[in-house]
Amino acid sequence: MTIIEESATVPAPRAGDDKGGPLLEVRDLHVEFHTRDGVAKAVNGVNYSVDAGETLAVLGESGSGKSVTAQAIMGILDMPPGKIPQGEILFRGQDMLKMSAEERRAIRGRKIAMIFQDALSALNPVLSVGYQLGEMFRVHQGLSKKDAKVKAIELMDRVKIPAAAARVSDYPHQFSGGMRQRIMIAMALALEPDLIIADEPTTALDVTVQAQVMDLLAELQREFNMGLILITHDLGVVADVADKIAVMYAGRIVEQAPVHEIYKRPAHPYTKGLLESIPRLDHKGQELFAIKGLPPNLMKIPGGCAFNPRCTMAQDVCRTDIPVLHQVTEQDGTDLVGRGSACHFWKETIHG
Amino acid sequence: MAELDKKDEAVDATPNVTDIVKVDASTTTEVEAILDAPVDRGEPILQVRNLVKHFPLTSGILFRRQVGAVKAVDGVSFDLYQGETLGIVGESGCGKSTVARLLMTLERATAGEVFYKGQDITKLSGRALKAVRRNIQMVFQDPYTSLNPRMTVGDIIGEPFDIHPEVAPKGDRRRKVQELLDVVGLNPEYINRYPHQFSGGQRQRIGIARGLALNPEIIICDEPVSALDVSVQAQVINLMEKLQNEFNLSYVFIAHDLSIVRHISDRVGVMYLGKMAEIGTDEQIYEHPTHPYTQALLSAVPVPDPEAREHRERIILTGDVPSPANPPSGCRFRTRCWKAEDRCSTEVPLLAIPERFQGLDSPVAHESACHFAEEKDVVGAA
Repeated sequence: MTIIEESATVPAPRAGDDKGGPLLEVRDLHVEFHTRDGVAKAVNGVNYSVDAGETLAVLGESGSGKSVTAQAIMGILDMPPGKIPQGEILFRGQDMLKMSAEERRAIRGRKIAMIFQDALSALNPVLSVGYQLGEMFRVHQGLSKKDAKVKAIELMDRVKIPAAAARVSDYPHQFSGGMRQRIMIAMALALEPDLIIADEPTTALDVTVQAQVMDLLAELQREFNMGLILITHDLGVVADVADKIAVMYAGRIVEQAPVHEIYKRPAHPYTKGLLESIPRLDHKGQELFAIKGLPPNLMKIPGGCAFNPRCTMAQDVCRTDIPVLHQVTEQDGTDLVGRGSACHFWKETIHG
Repeated sequence: MAELDKKDEAVDATPNVTDIVKVDASTTTEVEAILDAPVDRGEPILQVRNLVKHFPLTSGILFRRQVGAVKAVDGVSFDLYQGETLGIVGESGCGKSTVARLLMTLERATAGEVFYKGQDITKLSGRALKAVRRNIQMVFQDPYTSLNPRMTVGDIIGEPFDIHPEVAPKGDRRRKVQELLDVVGLNPEYINRYPHQFSGGQRQRIGIARGLALNPEIIICDEPVSALDVSVQAQVINLMEKLQNEFNLSYVFIAHDLSIVRHISDRVGVMYLGKMAEIGTDEQIYEHPTHPYTQALLSAVPVPDPEAREHRERIILTGDVPSPANPPSGCRFRTRCWKAEDRCSTEVPLLAIPERFQGLDSPVAHESACHFAEEKDVVGAA
């Protein structure tokens, strides 16, 4: 039993590895799905970047395009029906969308790894966890079965699975939810990647186990100085671990900010509404603020700002003009570093 | 939500429970008469005593014999007062959903009693049970699987009337269903639509309308918002609070999200491995928890405030919840507890106000099943 004094250490970004740019940069990414009923525009021009050692949280509701963006980065989108009509995904300055399948395969798993939400369905139920962990070493590094198994035990030790040597031949269903998620993390870490994408890594877990898993992830990230993209809908988890946040709505980033700023002074009505609509553990409020209406249908995204039908501040300009991601400034006009808001009325939202 | 004076009164050895006025009714008509009698606000409407549910584990194909039991619920007692919301929290596998199913008499209890208006519903059957079930309704967790995809919304909400035709005469049903749709904030014209035409939040509203159809007094909500998006959760929670005031409902609100439970509940019970670890008003539990499990649970909840992460103390529990088929001896939490001593493995702690806090007029004096109960503010609210 450990009692940990929570202290957030912001890892120093690794000084420009080879080209000086960010580890991963997504530029104007569009993804659409061609279905029988029409074209669903899941991602409509997303830009974000992650440095080594940095945690970017991508926050959004279901259907906001946060997972689709991640799948596009990993190159695991089903194409067709998926299609990437425009955009760039730069990994260490190289556009992954222009690479051959062979080149991408060399990056996937080795340089960029992913942790999925539901560990039970992400693991193969008829293969032992040791075999599945060892697969990384056999395929990517050409190790023998025996050596791969030794490596798998090492990995399981590293993610603190008790009695790893005894449990290496167990099957996924013999592990609890938290342990399974640790195996997923171990698998992602196997080849010591530069970037990990975690898609709702703790959503299926209980709070006490969630805290264990997030702690482990943060610790390993510091140890390896990895970049981490954390995809989640939980504002609480984000506040605990992220360095910066990108809030997505209907396939666009509506607000971008360092983590401390966004909770104190949101600059987009959607973010503001989200923050006000969650009940707080540390104080009991009266009636909750509720954002009215529903997230939009991706086949019929409203014209102008996609949030306008649900927004309390919407005016005519919101129905006609798509807002760009404005640089957010202080009242006196000095730039707030790293902050952006895709709202025509961001000034009123943050300062009014 | 109105404050209930009753719940703060100091009581004796089994404090969260008041005496039961048992009612003996031999005929079903007598039972029905009792069930129709109204209960005053602040009086206990549902009293649960030592409720036990063991699911047998068997082995052998030809000669099945019982080799053990999963002790899903193992001696739970609490009261639900009229007009209040009782939140029940705990990790998965702690038995909170089994409690819900027992209260609904969807499962037969292995032992123990559930008194509804002084009538032990675990012993009822036939017409009397049917009458009780009319007054206790349920809202389920997953709005995607709890609505039949082949039935229209009107049929789903109107189905309770087929079983209890006395509530709404046949010719009147369509209008009643439309009224219910209106009450939960859906367009009454949607009566002929199918569930797949609705979003998650709207489906949960349909589930709530179905629960309300028979004018029940108690609604058991089993994780009613955990499958919904954040922005939609608030809408449904607000709706449930509005309906509670409007129809004078009592809620048993089961959830694993401690923030939502705090928001909606008047009193909160914390369950661990089939037993109640701590129970009290929301202030007592959240601001003055005395059971180490409650403290760990609360400290693990991420708070949406990055400022808090620097100075919040967090207790990270090691390991997982033990199997309810083979729970630890003595205190069930001792295998994960940092305070555990020899006494904890031999002596089962009772759910009562800890001795050292007895007679204190402060929020710490509430029932906590721990030998070494002490107060610790983990939320940072004070």
